[in-house]
Amino acid sequence: MTQVSFEASFQKKIDEEIMIEPQDYMPDEYRKTLIRQISQHAHSEIVGMLPEANWITRAPSLRRKAVLLAKVQDEGGHGLYLYSAAETLGITRDQMLHQLHTGVAKYSSIFNYPTITWADMGAIGWLVDGAAIMNQVPLCRTSYGPYARAMVRVCKEESFHQRQGFEIMLNLSKGTPVQKQMAQDALNRWWAPALMMFGPLDAVSPNTAKSMEWRIKRFTNDELRQRFIDVTVDQIRLLGLALPDENIKWNEERGHYDSSELNWDEFWNVVKGNGPCNKERLATRVKAWEDGAWVREAASAYAEKRKTKKAA
Amino acid sequence: MSSVTTLKYTLQLADNVLIMGQRLAALCGKGPILEQDIALTNISLDQIGQARSLYQYAATIVNNMSVADKAQLFNAPLLQEKINNKLSITEDDLAYLRDAWDYRNCLLVEQENGDWAYTVARSFFFDRFQYLLYTAMLKSTDSTLAAIAEKSLKEVQYHIKWASEWVIRLGDGTDISKEKMQQALQARWEYTGEMFTMNELEKEAYNIGIGVDVSQLQQTYQQQIETIVQEAGLQMPTAAWMQTGGKNGVHTEHLGYILAEMQYLQRAYPNMEW
Amino acid sequence: MSNEHKEWPLWEVFIRSKAGLDHKHAGSLHAADAQMAIENARDVYTRRMEGISIWVVESKHIHASNPEEADAFFDPAQDKIYRHPTFYNLPDELKHM
Ligand SMILES: [Fe+2]
Ligand SMILES: [Fe+2]
Repeated sequence: MTQVSFEASFQKKIDEEIMIEPQDYMPDEYRKTLIRQISQHAHSEIVGMLPEANWITRAPSLRRKAVLLAKVQDEGGHGLYLYSAAETLGITRDQMLHQLHTGVAKYSSIFNYPTITWADMGAIGWLVDGAAIMNQVPLCRTSYGPYARAMVRVCKEESFHQRQGFEIMLNLSKGTPVQKQMAQDALNRWWAPALMMFGPLDAVSPNTAKSMEWRIKRFTNDELRQRFIDVTVDQIRLLGLALPDENIKWNEERGHYDSSELNWDEFWNVVKGNGPCNKERLATRVKAWEDGAWVREAASAYAEKRKTKKAA
Repeated sequence: MSSVTTLKYTLQLADNVLIMGQRLAALCGKGPILEQDIALTNISLDQIGQARSLYQYAATIVNNMSVADKAQLFNAPLLQEKINNKLSITEDDLAYLRDAWDYRNCLLVEQENGDWAYTVARSFFFDRFQYLLYTAMLKSTDSTLAAIAEKSLKEVQYHIKWASEWVIRLGDGTDISKEKMQQALQARWEYTGEMFTMNELEKEAYNIGIGVDVSQLQQTYQQQIETIVQEAGLQMPTAAWMQTGGKNGVHTEHLGYILAEMQYLQRAYPNMEW
Repeated sequence: MSNEHKEWPLWEVFIRSKAGLDHKHAGSLHAADAQMAIENARDVYTRRMEGISIWVVESKHIHASNPEEADAFFDPAQDKIYRHPTFYNLPDELKHM
């Protein structure tokens, strides 16, 4: 086949919703975009462990402790599945981690905000995992096979994350006045950062069009963000908490809630590394990795020795 | 009175696995590689699960006691208050409201995580003990304790495999890992003797048939540890003096910090549901 | 630092979810050796009781059919429907077959 016919048959598969598999032909740009998107996603999962891992040792009951630990552990698993999916595209996990540790690769900005009270565990599970699920469910049908399969596994595990978060919020909202206040405070702080998880406005999002064409992305940032606002507003009411944005109003004409313009200046600054916890999160990851170097080396050396012993 | 003995014995068992699980939980997200991060968290989850079963059982025992008997049990004011107000006690009250001098875990489990070798050494020493303890506890005349032992044993079998393999891997890995593993074994060994020294409570528990004579486990323990240490190409650690105290409520300074962190919400916002 | 040392090899994990079923590809992971790969697979891929038996194989040992030959490989099977039991038109009264 010629280059042209390769590309034509690739696009035909995409259009017919046939999955692309690792050994299939794919345009360079498709491969690069996928590596960037999947690794960024994987990094978000493992950096995302940190703000919640913070609270495992302080969880207010043994049940909450076990649930939170299992939840944060799941996120590590998600990182692992996603790194594996990216590895089928010809990059190693070590290379991806190197990009993360040197600041070349990005991860979701939400994890650069601090977790200050226990209610943040509720708000994160409910809003952050909720937003993540909304982003991720369509990716179960994304065009690249290993990515789609990883996402199926991730989404299956995510369902309990949002529930445990909402349950924390529910307990706090129905609790004492100070607990309710704690819940409200967390909602107010996490609302805007959660909305920013859907990425910049479509009008200024450079990658959206091509990604939609390739089915690496299935809905635009604006569509998903709006969908999230619409379902979450009703959940806030169910909790009996005040809306975190005074401009949230039902728009009959659009059939959606209107809300305030987000502070995109802040968004881009956090992306650039100026968020409240950027440096700390990265430093924690780098330290864990560097502290582990001698451990990984020892295991390799041991495996090598055993191999030669067996052969001898 | 035998129910008090059962209660205190159960609490001692629970404190051990809770503090161990709490220590390992602090490593979540900081492992040397994702796969081992997840492995370590699984162990921690098992231990917290065991602690919950034991505290739940302990809470049932307390709640079934007469008001007069209950009033004698605890120093902790918040617990005392609940009992005085005739409220029933929960697993969380026992874990979150008792202070360091009430805790009866052995000193080993409260020791710091340190580097990977130290973490492995502590688990290696503790999990082996747990395995022998739970195996002997299958014969406990207390059917709940025997059942918890049976369920936990399956988990611990995997824990000892994990820890032993890491001792061997590090011992027979690189020069650096060998040195670190040897150092960690040496540093933690002095906390192992306490596990096999019967305190008054354990003697009583053994006499009434619910508890285990831990002093009888020591020889097997020593042999099993030695086998692995040898396979790892390491020297058996030595101790001029074995540290004791945790089982009688006299702890190292670490426990106070562990509890301050673990219990802070329950103490800053008392009597609330979370 | 990250690139100085050789990475633990990649392994493919296959899991039998219950007795009588085939092992099915579950995903991949890194491990220093086969023993560790099996244990990591247990910790990573069977946390929700997904399995009763695990196979691992180092990814580099997997050989795959060439997608460019897919037509030659798999199309000929398409018109051999007689290999499938539903091809046969049998009376409904027939049981146990
Ligand atoms: Fe996740
Ligand atoms: Fe999640």
